[in-house]
Amino acid sequence: MTASDVPNTRSRTAGEKKFDGFFVGLTTAFAIGTGLLLLAISFIILMAAIPAIREFGLQFVIASTWNPVQDAYGALPMIYGTLVSAFIALLIAVPLGLGVAIFLSENFIPLKIRTVLVFMIELLAAIPSVVYGLWGIFVLIPAMKWFFGLFGLQFIGPSMLTAALILSIMILPIIIAISRDSLASLPPDLRQASLGIGATRWGTIFRVLIPAAVSGIVGGIMLALGRAMGETMAATMVIGNSNQISLSLLEPGNTIASLLANQFAEAKGLQVSALMYAAFVLVIMTLVVNILAQVIVSNVKAKYD
Amino acid sequence: MTSFRGTSPESPSLAGLRKNSSRPRDVFNIIMTGLSVLCVVITLIPLVLVLAFVTIQGAGSITPALFTELPPPPGLEGGGIANAIIGTLIVVAIATLISVPFGVMAAVYLSEFSKDGQVARWVRFFTNVLSGVPSIISGVFVYALLVRTGLTGYSAVAGGVALAVLMLPTIIRTTDEALNIIPQEIRWASIGVGASRYQTVLQIVLPAAIPSILTGVTLAIARAAGETAPLIFTALFSSFWPNGILQPIATLSVLVYNFAIVPFEPQQELAWAGSLILVLLVLLTSIIARVVTRQKTY
Amino acid sequence: MVEQVAAQTNQTKTSTVFKIEDCDIYYGSYKAVRDVSMEIPPNQITSFIGPSGCGKSTILRCLNRLNDLIEIFHLTGKILYHGQNLYDSDIDPVEVRRRIGMVFQRPNPFPKTIYDNIAYGPRINGFKGDTDEMDALVERSLKRAVLWDEVKDKLQESGFSLSGGQQQRLCIARAVAVDPEVVLMDEPCSALDPISTLKIEELMMELREKYTIVIVTHNMQQATRVADKTAFFNAVPTESGGKVGYLAEFNDTQEIFGNPKETATRDYVTGRFG
Ligand SMILES: Nc1ncnc2c1ncn2[C@@H]1O[C@H](COP(=O)(O)OP(=O)(O)O)[C@@H](O)[C@H]1O
Ligand SMILES: [Mg+2]
Repeated sequence: MTASDVPNTRSRTAGEKKFDGFFVGLTTAFAIGTGLLLLAISFIILMAAIPAIREFGLQFVIASTWNPVQDAYGALPMIYGTLVSAFIALLIAVPLGLGVAIFLSENFIPLKIRTVLVFMIELLAAIPSVVYGLWGIFVLIPAMKWFFGLFGLQFIGPSMLTAALILSIMILPIIIAISRDSLASLPPDLRQASLGIGATRWGTIFRVLIPAAVSGIVGGIMLALGRAMGETMAATMVIGNSNQISLSLLEPGNTIASLLANQFAEAKGLQVSALMYAAFVLVIMTLVVNILAQVIVSNVKAKYD
Repeated sequence: MTSFRGTSPESPSLAGLRKNSSRPRDVFNIIMTGLSVLCVVITLIPLVLVLAFVTIQGAGSITPALFTELPPPPGLEGGGIANAIIGTLIVVAIATLISVPFGVMAAVYLSEFSKDGQVARWVRFFTNVLSGVPSIISGVFVYALLVRTGLTGYSAVAGGVALAVLMLPTIIRTTDEALNIIPQEIRWASIGVGASRYQTVLQIVLPAAIPSILTGVTLAIARAAGETAPLIFTALFSSFWPNGILQPIATLSVLVYNFAIVPFEPQQELAWAGSLILVLLVLLTSIIARVVTRQKTY
Repeated sequence: MVEQVAAQTNQTKTSTVFKIEDCDIYYGSYKAVRDVSMEIPPNQITSFIGPSGCGKSTILRCLNRLNDLIEIFHLTGKILYHGQNLYDSDIDPVEVRRRIGMVFQRPNPFPKTIYDNIAYGPRINGFKGDTDEMDALVERSLKRAVLWDEVKDKLQESGFSLSGGQQQRLCIARAVAVDPEVVLMDEPCSALDPISTLKIEELMMELREKYTIVIVTHNMQQATRVADKTAFFNAVPTESGGKVGYLAEFNDTQEIFGNPKETATRDYVTGRFG
């Protein structure tokens, strides 16, 4: 039998060929569309922010009144709150997360138990933030009141510190996951070489493994920072939503994300635009952090691929 | 060798081989190991506490009424969160219907067709960055795009689109990874019998990757179901039964938020009950995802 | 255009299936194979032998344009299939592959049932028959691959449930199910045990009646056992420090092994190779 005996079954119809091209084109369009989505998000928010940008200019990021009644808007207290709560959360979560990551990447305990621990930590990341918020209101705040009461301190409840604590819980899984990955992807001979010249386990960890994995760890911390800056529900439910800057961590504060969550649904006129402006500031802040994180993380990946 | 062990007179150099827990080096190692164990314990405390409180506070409210009735008016007792449960299902379904085809197709391009690796690299990069964008920003985006312009107003569709934006990066990444694991030979085999590109992708490559893709989709859905921030001012809320996809709609997560911050105990109890359902959903999907992953062909 | 191929096929159906003319094959700027010219006859088994890396697979994959999948690949010269240059710009590679099937080194069944593994090719090729006809086609293909008796009771099981040798015969059955004119095989037995290898070899001898077979093998005994004609490829160092493959000798198998003209061939077939 030769090719020509069954011509009908083996030539592609014009329709089939066209569909093939169409299919490939469609996937291409979807992929490029996703790539451009981020741009579209930034652009649309920027467009909506234009009236407020005209009105307040760069003044917006250094002015500290947010007054919908007088249509005077400045986002400094929220920018301050966003940064401070995120940094305190990092301060708590980084040492803890690193400790856990090291513990899980070494063979202190059998692999089975480690797998269970990893699953539990993934679960920590999967619990919805609104559940953390609810828990913060009804469990953490009363507990903190009691704790500060032991020292005779006045603690009203919703505060920057409460928010930072909850944020730290929420970013721990990211730090752990990425630090553990970077530690685990180190070449095994690195550890063996160090142990082979008589270094102890923790000597190896501090002098060899952590330095070798440092850029991955830093990338993970950056991702966590981005997450903490943008986390909305847990923050908005326990931070007190006060639009004043207060240097005390035990006083209420606000973040950009929680400002948006609180005011958008009822905002009108210039307030909408001011909120869009604030959202745009948040986009820029998180983009910078995330792009840096991605660059760092992908460089690490490239190194060991 | 064994004879050394347990015999007391040893040369000094051999005695040095034994463990000695008072030597500074060993003390340091013991302390550090202890500290890292402590880190693990501290990390797990919030998990245990959150799960415990949600279970204790929420379990009491798990009644048939919870799944069949509307929430009570402020201050009154009883009622349920049935409208929010249905609402979450609707909004998440809309988000899934948008994000899964979009994400899977985009991933197909990345792993199968991206001849010029440069484009794929940029798309992957931006997708990763997109996954770091705060969830509330996707709400703001949809508010500006659909709500304020009046295209959909506050509605289930607007909420679904906002969640779809959040699901997209997860779906693309997991699908991309799933497709990359499929051995190249399978594609050759298909092409070798004269398949067109779409036939190879739709009939061979995607079916082979389905377990992993399902895992990714399941996890994305679980995460989306718990999202609140992007829904507050897109899907808004409603105390009534869902009334079409172009109307404001109640969702579990927004219900938890709204009821957590009101001073009425019946509402707060419903918030705990809603949290319990959300947490169970997350638990369940995580476990399902794990089971499905085990059935992978590759 | 399609009709053209078919028409030309009819007109010029001669004693050659493939005529390779002055082919240079590149991966990027790297020239992997130079200056190959040869003619492959119909209904015979032609084997490609030679040291690894000399470009056997490369040339084989050119014969059904599977190299198109490698972006940096390109080719100069002509590969005529019944007189039609496969690399002409108006040739649809997908249709080329429908006529020229391929079996790979490692068995690569689809993650589908045994039945669907076979039925896939005919279906995408626009098979119009009903279920009974498809059943018959599946049976016929599996019989041709001498696999039918072993799998007839478990057609709905996964292709992966078979042993390595059975999987490879499944892949052959899959290739012949679309009724190609040519079956290309790239070291089809190198991942198999001796008994499975023997079965595949017997199978090839039977398939020769119906198909033109080109097989790459690193096993010289295999070439002597099955091949009618044998091409010995060799690789020589280039000035730039790389290696380039070329066709050293092409002749009847008996000649290649019994009376090689080239020293390189003699060294290779007598196992005196570097
Ligand atoms: N996909 C590819 N990309 C780049 N170079 C390749 C590729 N495939 C094969 N080569 C190169 O072409 C040469 C011939 O390879 P191949 O055809 O596989 O040899 P053989 O099958 O005879 O062992 C080798 O030097 C190999 O490195
Ligand atoms: Mg080869």
